[in-house]
Amino acid sequence: MGRKLLLEHIDVPGIETFEVYRQKGGYRSVEKALKSMSPDEVVEEVKKSGLRGRGGAGFPTGMKWSFLAKPEGVPRYLLCNADESEPGTFKDRYLMQYLPHLLIEGMIVSSFALGTNLSYIYIRGEYLFVLEILEKAIAEAYANGFLGKNILGTGYDLDLRVSPGGGAYICGEETALIESLEGKRGNPRIKPPFPAVKGLWGCPTVVNNVESLATVVPIINMGADEYVKIGTEQSRGTKLISACGNLERPGVYEIDLGLSVEEFIYGDDWCRGIKNGKQLKALVPGGSSVPILPTHLITKTANGDTRFMSYESLSDGGFASGSMLGSGGFIAFDEDQCIVRNTWNFTRFYAHESCGQCSPCREGTAWMEKVLWRIENGEGTMEDIALLEDINKKIEGNTICPLGDAAAWPVASAIRHFREEFEWHIKHPQEAMSRNYGLLKGATV
Amino acid sequence: MKVEIVNKERPVLSEKAKAEIQTVIGYYPEGKSKSAILRVLHIVEEEAGGWLSPDTMDMVAEILNITAIEVYEVATFYTMFNLHPVGKYVFEVCHTGPCMLVGSDNIIKYIEDKLNIKVGGTTSDGMFTLKTAECLGACGYGPMLQCGKFYHEHLTPEKVDELIEACRRDEVKIY
Ligand SMILES: Cc1cc2nc3c(=O)[nH]c(=O)nc-3n(C[C@H](O)[C@H](O)[C@H](O)COP(=O)(O)O)c2cc1C
Repeated sequence: MGRKLLLEHIDVPGIETFEVYRQKGGYRSVEKALKSMSPDEVVEEVKKSGLRGRGGAGFPTGMKWSFLAKPEGVPRYLLCNADESEPGTFKDRYLMQYLPHLLIEGMIVSSFALGTNLSYIYIRGEYLFVLEILEKAIAEAYANGFLGKNILGTGYDLDLRVSPGGGAYICGEETALIESLEGKRGNPRIKPPFPAVKGLWGCPTVVNNVESLATVVPIINMGADEYVKIGTEQSRGTKLISACGNLERPGVYEIDLGLSVEEFIYGDDWCRGIKNGKQLKALVPGGSSVPILPTHLITKTANGDTRFMSYESLSDGGFASGSMLGSGGFIAFDEDQCIVRNTWNFTRFYAHESCGQCSPCREGTAWMEKVLWRIENGEGTMEDIALLEDINKKIEGNTICPLGDAAAWPVASAIRHFREEFEWHIKHPQEAMSRNYGLLKGATV
Repeated sequence: MKVEIVNKERPVLSEKAKAEIQTVIGYYPEGKSKSAILRVLHIVEEEAGGWLSPDTMDMVAEILNITAIEVYEVATFYTMFNLHPVGKYVFEVCHTGPCMLVGSDNIIKYIEDKLNIKVGGTTSDGMFTLKTAECLGACGYGPMLQCGKFYHEHLTPEKVDELIEACRRDEVKIY
């Protein structure tokens, strides 16, 4: 097992309670930050740590924090993005369910750094059972003087609340999240203005992923100078990876960024290879939105270099031969899986989740789903592949939020790397349907 | 989105629910009680037998002091809210990629055959509704379904049988 900065105590019985969490050294970072550091020093420390947002885009957290506008007399807000709905991603739930106090601790320190007195955890509606766990932990933190008025006698006040969604992937996009938190439909806003200037209720707002905020705890505890020794130059620290698909041992793992992809897939400490002794066919390394990689580009880059689990190595080769670390939703496909069917499945997801605001996304995702379904069912034509590429180009870059791009990339990359499989489906409709890749045809559409 | 027009009496909220609604409205600043809408809809839906009728939504509008259309807008946007009556136990089987890779289609088919309903349908005794859901964030533990607030993971036909039997014996927690 690798080093654990976030998950160190996850197996300790009772770690979800304040008492045990505190015994294990919990809330030390709050004491350190509030008693011996200024808010700006905390921001500086996070900047120095090189922490990049763990929600998918990988934007430097410290830099984002320094953009927050601070007009006199206007409240500011910190929102934790716990919407976690990117297919393949289930790390934030794991962290919140088993280590609720770690997130709360990270939010107190981060709120202090940003000067917010009211912060929210926006959690997807399907996680209502996790919301209850969080609220129980928050009540304990209030009871022990870590939330509320005059925290630890330092004069700093903070209220922390949990606010649920109602089932909508789009609400993970930060401006849709803000709309949703205002009690509206989750339609993303046009930027600028950016949330850092005009966010929740028109006030300056920072939105950060669960894991990003939790990671502030070890950064403050160990200091940025120690933290930067872990990982690679462009990918500092550890990262939670949620591994799924046809792996021998799926689950949530904390890795040092820079671990080799091969070691992560096949190593005894990690996923232990592909289930049932099968071969690895493809990999989606960072959640359904990132490009799919074919067999020969998984453990090696196009140049033949070792591929590592880091922002820079996974994206090596750009979209031609690389992918992205994204949210850390690591989906492995064995040799029996059908790329056409999976591409259709992902596209159905985006068609279902498009908020409907921008026509390229609303119409484009629905059309792509239709065309892919027809190919998957042996009714496609060769022109359909070009048609998909055409629709794809018309969505990408033409929408208010990146959901359109997120829908376009999986299709573009699947065609780029698995064109033959699409063509095979079209040329051999009967076989394509009868093979069915171990799945019952038409079980649901 | 089809909204069913039925004259159904508004649910009578329990004291616990009323208190909870007051508490959660207090989580937002003065004048921002609309922000509590999703939380309130979850609470009220539970009280109203698992779905939101137009009358129920009107009630929520009054509680939050907003217009009815503001509630309809929200209730029709978010997929968790049921706008039609549902069975006592609603099985929402995740059918997105990672779950499909480990056999969710087979589980859906199995439940359809076992309960003799199609996705979207409710058994004639009003006990079970079968739905599909997009990614529920349990990708490493699939196939899986959500029933009420809780997740049932690593499903097999045998586990589905057990779950259904346990529901019939009234032993499955929903809220
Ligand atoms: C369609 C869409 C869905 C998203 N879903 C999530 C999500 O579920 N969780 C998350 O943290 N970020 C999500 N993001 C990214 C957020 O917009 C935002 O970049 C992130 O919360 C910033 O936090 P970070 O900098 O700490 O990563 C999503 C973005 C898009 C475009």
